[in-house]
Amino acid sequence: MALRMWASSTANALKLSTAASKSPAFSLSRCFSTVLEGFKYANSHEWVKHDGPVATVGITHHAQDHLGEVVFVELPEAGKPVTQGDSFGSVESVKATSDVNSPISGEIVEINAKLKETPGLINTSPYEDGWMIKVKPSNPSELESLMGPKEYTKFCEEEDAAH
Amino acid sequence: MRGGGLWQLGQSITRRLAHVDKRAISRRCFASESDLKKTVLYDFHVANGGKMVPFAGWSMPIQYKDSIMDSTLNCRDNGSLFDVSHMCGLSLKGKDCIPFLEKLVIADVAGLAPGTGTLTILTNEKGGAIDDSVIAKVTNEHIYLVVNAGCRDKDLAHIEEHMKAFTSKGGDVSWHIHDERSLLALQGPLAAPVLQHLAKEDLSKIYFNDFRVLDINGVPCYLTRTGYTGEDGFEISVPSENAVDLTKAILEKSEGKVRLTGLGARDSLRLEAGLCLYGNDMEQHITPIEAGLTWAVGKRRRSEGGFLGAEVILKQIEQGPSIRRVGLFSAGPPARGHSEIQDENGQNIGEITSGGFSPCLKKNIAMGYVKSGSHKTGTKVKIVIRGKSYDGSVTKMPFVPNKYYKRS
Repeated sequence: MALRMWASSTANALKLSTAASKSPAFSLSRCFSTVLEGFKYANSHEWVKHDGPVATVGITHHAQDHLGEVVFVELPEAGKPVTQGDSFGSVESVKATSDVNSPISGEIVEINAKLKETPGLINTSPYEDGWMIKVKPSNPSELESLMGPKEYTKFCEEEDAAH
Repeated sequence: MRGGGLWQLGQSITRRLAHVDKRAISRRCFASESDLKKTVLYDFHVANGGKMVPFAGWSMPIQYKDSIMDSTLNCRDNGSLFDVSHMCGLSLKGKDCIPFLEKLVIADVAGLAPGTGTLTILTNEKGGAIDDSVIAKVTNEHIYLVVNAGCRDKDLAHIEEHMKAFTSKGGDVSWHIHDERSLLALQGPLAAPVLQHLAKEDLSKIYFNDFRVLDINGVPCYLTRTGYTGEDGFEISVPSENAVDLTKAILEKSEGKVRLTGLGARDSLRLEAGLCLYGNDMEQHITPIEAGLTWAVGKRRRSEGGFLGAEVILKQIEQGPSIRRVGLFSAGPPARGHSEIQDENGQNIGEITSGGFSPCLKKNIAMGYVKSGSHKTGTKVKIVIRGKSYDGSVTKMPFVPNKYYKRS
């Protein structure tokens, strides 16, 4: 989930994000307890769960925790194509606007209509009720390029610690 | 008004870093972080879970453990304590300090009673806003003012330049920059009752915009009944060596109800209160009249002028400005700065300068500038966000009613 500040320069964003990540509230322990088995993770903090013909996509607990209360979710329509690594929608919190990237290429077969009325599902249930889109993958082998739970936990740890 | 437009940047979480060479960034950040100034409360912020971000050259807490939503609501329900020591306190002294300051600001400074103050604007020759500032008349020979951290250098250079010219003609004015002091803002319904525990003077006799020098928690402070949240409250200038003790005392006396609050909630609060953030909602090219601050041009100043840009400003008062700051409600995602505002036919009529989701109203609020004629309450507009157009309407500000403690 590439967080994009609409009125800001990348340089500033980078400087600030590093300082923010130093804070104790971004604790590592949260990563450990909130990464699920059976899911694959992108380094931009989206998850994908491939189950039968359809892959479900959302943002991780770690991502929603950094964002704070989600107040609006912008989603495309079913039928639209998505490409791995490209933005398909955005999440607005009280703090900021963030792009959400698709961890997998394919065609959107369903969107989570509940998020329109209840965007906070992303905070309360990021891996279940807060799912965002369901995709029919065009290239399931892309999943191999994503991280597993252990790897992602380590990735969050390193990302927070590196700065 | 207070602070800079940068608070949102602090939220550009680590996710962005994923795609970039981390080592290069670490180096760059290390350098930039070490350059940041720290208030005397820095360690206290960190110990209390403050998420520190760079802000106008300072490392400041954007939030603590409470979410921005909870912090905003708690300020209105109970109270908030902000460290705003990054802002620049300044005293102008001398028997001519009032005529001197009146050249630079739109307020009727001479007309202020000692012990009272007002919000004012420092203007440039074109009538644009150099900064906004809360000023207070301590005595007829002493004015205390607070300017924005992000504007400090240019404000001081501007004041100094004019002071040199003024004193070279024999005017008596000098300044003192209060870098030996820290500034705390205590805001919300519990502000007065909590502070009363720490002061002997009867705070019920100190009204909105009043100023006093008095002992708080046993140390001499400058107290202004003002703030940046729309709530009743105070800004307390305290000697820096006593700032941590005073912070702890305020939090203790409130029995945990007044919470440490960061810049994130401060921005939500000021937006709900319809107050300008300098750098977003007011800039060099925006006049106080366009910004909806005509009330801040003192009556005497309207007839006499005598401040920088007076010709432009007085003409705008007479003829009306061509653009005006308005409040807006909108559907869809919260409008942020720089979103285009269109009329119902899709014609450009202006731009959003700041906006977000209102924690108190639970809907999107924003402010921006529109062409005169489109500024009336109820005017339907479209706001363009990431290429999509959403319905909005012009509404009155403040979005959340003010609770200032005024003389009845």
